[in-house]
Amino acid sequence: MSLEYLLTITKQTEIIPGIYELCLYGDITQQPIKPGQFVDIKIPDDAHLLRRPFGIAHVDRQNKTITLLYRVVGKGTAYLSRCPLKTELSVLGPLGNGYPSDHLMPGQNALIIGGGTGIPPLYELSRQLVAKNINVHHVFGFANQAAIFYEAPFRALGPVSYATNDGSYGYHGHVGLLLDAQFADAVSHYDAVYACGPKGLLMAVDSRFSKHPHAYISLEERMACGIGACYACVTKLRRNPDIQLKICDDGPVFKTNEVLI
Amino acid sequence: MTDLTISLPGLDLKNPIMPASGCFGFGQEYARHYDLNKLGAIIIKAATKEPRLGNATPRVAETPSGMLNAIGLQNPGIEVIMNERLPWLATNYPDLPVIANVAGNTEADYVAVCQQISQAPNVHAIELNISCPNVAHGGLEFGTSPEIAAKLTKACVAVSQVPIYVKLSPNVTDIRPIALAVEAAGAAGFSLINTLVGMRINPKTRQPILANQTGGLSGPAIKPIAIRLIHQVRSISQLPIIGMGGVTTAADALELMAAGANAVAVGTANFSDPFACPKLIAALPEELAKYQLSDLSSFDLRRDLIHD
Repeated sequence: MSLEYLLTITKQTEIIPGIYELCLYGDITQQPIKPGQFVDIKIPDDAHLLRRPFGIAHVDRQNKTITLLYRVVGKGTAYLSRCPLKTELSVLGPLGNGYPSDHLMPGQNALIIGGGTGIPPLYELSRQLVAKNINVHHVFGFANQAAIFYEAPFRALGPVSYATNDGSYGYHGHVGLLLDAQFADAVSHYDAVYACGPKGLLMAVDSRFSKHPHAYISLEERMACGIGACYACVTKLRRNPDIQLKICDDGPVFKTNEVLI
Repeated sequence: MTDLTISLPGLDLKNPIMPASGCFGFGQEYARHYDLNKLGAIIIKAATKEPRLGNATPRVAETPSGMLNAIGLQNPGIEVIMNERLPWLATNYPDLPVIANVAGNTEADYVAVCQQISQAPNVHAIELNISCPNVAHGGLEFGTSPEIAAKLTKACVAVSQVPIYVKLSPNVTDIRPIALAVEAAGAAGFSLINTLVGMRINPKTRQPILANQTGGLSGPAIKPIAIRLIHQVRSISQLPIIGMGGVTTAADALELMAAGANAVAVGTANFSDPFACPKLIAALPEELAKYQLSDLSSFDLRRDLIHD
């Protein structure tokens, strides 16, 4: 199994201000890719030494492309956003462990919870669950209505409940409050719960679904190697904080109540 | 056929390239992706007497052509390294020489770990880490004073079964008195350079990016500093030098060797490209051929010309 792929940019669009949709073509799609796994991309410029980890938003095996959605947050992502079509990128992946879903049967229910740029890997997850005839319900948090992206693609897969910090769209408040207000029976109703997003959102999901047998959160951290060798992205086990796991290699997906967020 | 072999105290290597300590774990992660037998040697992650959890996260931050790290010597401790990590390497890579990086809080810690780890059959040398900038005790405080560095080196040499290469810090006013003191104390060679202490601040939060506030700068940004310090140490000592600091390509490796290094370790480049070491090794013969050289010892000869 190969680790490194040279992938070609076939499409790059700024879908809302600051958020880019990037399509990459190449052989990485020959590999099994689980939703929640990530790729580690070398910014094609010598000054940017460290690879950038990105969740995979969509895998299209037929057209041999993967799609990433990312926010420009610094010089590296700004550089990436300016890379023209046909640029070849060195991509490591798929890395880490994805969201477990083998236990789900057709007709069962899954709750998908995300916030901001934590949402991209949840699109591929939702797509694959729907393909297995799982009913998905999405709960997404954003700063405001203008920050929302991929609304139509998600709505095509199942209902979406939005929460915005300023109340400009959907529920007024953060995702944790929305869960309390409208998903009080979620622990028993949903056969799986999946989350990815900022730390506050993960803590909200972790505490509300700590005893759920199939509730999973995906963590994010600054990484250097992406393959478990550098010990940059560690997190402590909740039951024994003297044991540390590596987010890139042991995660990024963990069960709720498993690690200290 | 280009001859890449080199022979240093404790180390008969098929090529002079090895991953640097802390950038390669104990080899297991990279072994999933290529055959570690391609390497000249491997310098494993620092071993301390007790297990260490390291610093809080974030532990890394990028800088122009470089990175800061403050991992904080996270390692499973000497017992696990002796019982699990080193035997794993011995079983899977019986011909791969291991250089064990040793760190500690106190002289007694260093001595205990050196004594124990030097008995592992596949440990051919020790890299004495007196230059880690990311821990509260030990680390740098042993590496900035010639007297303290020499005392520690002497104590470790006395108990070690294998040659000791002392890893020197660039975070000093003058590296030469420290190198001389360490040489007089019985070091078999030097390893240099460790990282330079640096810092980055997030303008949004006006807080340091690293949880440890400061970290060690590595990567191509520090290569000229490594070359300068290797050259300085070479000018006052004939002991072997394992050079490191921003090496990415075969040309970089030869540049360090021209400055006085006998072998070259590759650190941060492993993160940018997990295949950095085997690619560099494969490119060495062609790089040497550019200068009509067929072995590294002839490169050594030209090195002397540079010093005049």
